[in-house]
Amino acid sequence: MLRYLRVLCLRDWLLDHTVAWRQYARVRRSLPLTVTFTPLQIGLPCASFATRGDRVWSSTIRKRTFSTENESSPSTTDVAPGPAVGDRAQRSTTPSLYPGGGDKLSGSVSNSAGVVKATEETLRQMNLFTAINSALSCALESNPKVLVFGEDVAFGGVFRCTSQLQKRFGRQRVFNTPLTEQGIVGFAAGLAAMGYRPVAEIQFADYIYPAFDQIVNEIAKYRYRSGGQFNCGGVVIRAPYGAVGHGGHYHSQSPEAYFLHTAGIKVVIPRDPFTAKGLLLQSIAEDDPVIFFEPKALYRAAQAEVPLSKYVLPLGRAEIVRPGTDITLVAYGAQVRVLLEAAQVVAREDKIEAEVIDIQTILPWDEATVCESVARTGRCIVSHEAPLTGGVGAEVAARIQEECFLDLESPVMRVCGYDMPFPLVHEKNYLPSAEKVVQCIRDCLNY
Amino acid sequence: MHLIWMALRASSRRLWGVCSRGRLRFTCAAGSTDSASAAVQRERVEARAEKPSAPSTKNFELSPFALYLLDRGPETLVQASREELLGYHRLMFTMRRMEIGADQLYKAQKIRGFCHLYDGQEAVAAGMSQVITFDDYLITAYRNHCQQLMRGDTVEGIIAELLGRAIGCSQGKGGSMHLYFPENNYFGGNGIVGAQVPLGTGLAFAAKYKKENAVSITMMGDGAANQGQVYESFNMAALWKLPVVYVIENNQYGMGTSANRAAANPLYYTRGAYIPGIRVDGMDVLAVREATRFAKDWCLQGNGPILLEMQTYRYHGHSMSDPGITYRTRDEINEMRKTRDPIEKVKSRLVDVGWVTADELKQTERAIRQDVDEAIKRALDAPEPAPELLWKHLYTTEATRVRGTSIDNGYEA
Repeated sequence: MLRYLRVLCLRDWLLDHTVAWRQYARVRRSLPLTVTFTPLQIGLPCASFATRGDRVWSSTIRKRTFSTENESSPSTTDVAPGPAVGDRAQRSTTPSLYPGGGDKLSGSVSNSAGVVKATEETLRQMNLFTAINSALSCALESNPKVLVFGEDVAFGGVFRCTSQLQKRFGRQRVFNTPLTEQGIVGFAAGLAAMGYRPVAEIQFADYIYPAFDQIVNEIAKYRYRSGGQFNCGGVVIRAPYGAVGHGGHYHSQSPEAYFLHTAGIKVVIPRDPFTAKGLLLQSIAEDDPVIFFEPKALYRAAQAEVPLSKYVLPLGRAEIVRPGTDITLVAYGAQVRVLLEAAQVVAREDKIEAEVIDIQTILPWDEATVCESVARTGRCIVSHEAPLTGGVGAEVAARIQEECFLDLESPVMRVCGYDMPFPLVHEKNYLPSAEKVVQCIRDCLNY
Repeated sequence: MHLIWMALRASSRRLWGVCSRGRLRFTCAAGSTDSASAAVQRERVEARAEKPSAPSTKNFELSPFALYLLDRGPETLVQASREELLGYHRLMFTMRRMEIGADQLYKAQKIRGFCHLYDGQEAVAAGMSQVITFDDYLITAYRNHCQQLMRGDTVEGIIAELLGRAIGCSQGKGGSMHLYFPENNYFGGNGIVGAQVPLGTGLAFAAKYKKENAVSITMMGDGAANQGQVYESFNMAALWKLPVVYVIENNQYGMGTSANRAAANPLYYTRGAYIPGIRVDGMDVLAVREATRFAKDWCLQGNGPILLEMQTYRYHGHSMSDPGITYRTRDEINEMRKTRDPIEKVKSRLVDVGWVTADELKQTERAIRQDVDEAIKRALDAPEPAPELLWKHLYTTEATRVRGTSIDNGYEA
């Protein structure tokens, strides 16, 4: 399924449906559609995404910082790719969403503690799912208290994120559970209360709802309600989230906003293989419970050079993945890619330089980075696949108007999923696509 | 001997009583719009005309049922007629072809979404269809294409829904996991493991409250049988003596984990603790029929819930993304196909008693194959649902404005 890379889908779909889309919009008795893409225009930025992006960004980009543990030896990540989940997959590869010219990590990587030599031997091309596998493998290797379990994880899980782990670390530490989401999460909470670091997998984020009570009432509140005597700090709940091209109602949802409302847990969503590994390792090391949503559309689609050794990226910190001066675009997870695509289109066609920020951790989120950016640009759009009402965008927008009221040139806008269940056949209409973002950017600039 | 004879007569009376109501039959249930079922009907009429004086029924020996908290179980020596067995064969073969068609359409990327196939398990749906009526309530999980067929939908309607076409039973909005047929009390496919079980229990309460002579057939898989809400339901059903038949389709694997590795007690028919249960050979359509008949009678007599464990097997993986061979061997699947296939079992019974020849069966199968292929073709030609459907069915009153849609100028109705 993962071959349906959004970028390609968008182009193909527009090639097929540009006319239909216009008619469709008019049927809504709405204003005439002002998005004036031609199929060719849309086709080009997609095709040249990698090279253009790399060249433009690498000159002006911030230095990536991350810390790494010097004592950890390079772990082997001999991951058998296994049959693709959507079998017959054409392995479309796209550049990772790296600021520094994409995947050019080789050379040196700076961190606060010094410079870590990243040579070709310590880097490997990884997909998002192999990066997750590598992170789990590092965690299991370096900390005997780490346990990995969930539905079907023993043979690698449906997305192959846990391939070979049972073979390497044994049945005691990597094991299958019955199909009992509430049980899995509650069980993890008990282990964490005993000092373990359980990494529980919920097979799809859509199945996290049966475990909702355990997360919200038990895990999130254990420290608070016991006055700090007990906690479930070691828990990490991994769950693939988001659209995948054809997942339908129960394999496409983005439930992060429900957890945004829950103090006591952290919610992390990476955008590419590099951030996935660093953030996951930090989540496991974190002394607070973490829900770690993985963009399943990118499991195989995203590719990057990722260090084999253990490194962590801090939680609660946003990253500017594309600097700009005219407008700030905020997203996380798979949606960052969509914003970058839109930023490229407006850069070329409207000479608008959009700054794209990946907030990475949506609870607690990095207000400082976002507000600093909006103060500079004066405009902001927040975008996510989850429905509009009560989403992350609402929180971010509210905060921005408090902090940056006098700097704002236009209202903070949101480009999100619609307020409805995730649809099956109408998925492409529902998704906050790049052309919707482009339209919104223009609206903001012309406000 | 006398006792057995009495039992046979009793069961035979029940059988004819049921059959005379007509609507239970697959041919009637499938309706007139489906050419597959029309052909089946035609053929059945012809078959009757050919052999008017053929003996009506014969005895068949079933493998024993395992019982839990029951003094007696379903009959193991049962009667079936030639027409009945031919009907089972046609129904199950139609199901098989439909699922194979769905498999091919999925691989051709025509069917999107998630898709769970029923091939191998046909005897469960087919066997139950002969005993429960459209007044009974039926609810199941996401492996639900064949239940939809047995509740009266057509191959065309089902495949159209899988394809996301407007003529599908959920207007193309549901897809494979969400087939429904409210006219015949089919409450559909449910996407979340085990979530349909409390619903089925609620259906049973309603049936009892309304003093209907109906039961709720609540189906789940062996994987779902480990979910907490299943046991919450068991407690309520037993506490209030609700007429609910819990059917656990034990196809040996909950997704990619074998039942033995996921369940502390893999004897699923005993998992109700205080609810009586029967283990049934779910690969034998007659065994399913007898067990369902027994269970339905049990419920209608006011005894409260009962649990049926159908021991069955799915040939495909859990879903289309699962090749189905990482956690079991190809040999195991082939062995099952060779020795326990439900369709082969009915065919061999028909041939063994001399009611029909292998060639005749082959002809029937060829006709069904053709009918199913044509139905699929018609489904493929059907239009996609209108874009307006995107924001319909959110609330009872149509939304005047769906929030979030304003970027592309709003879908304001």
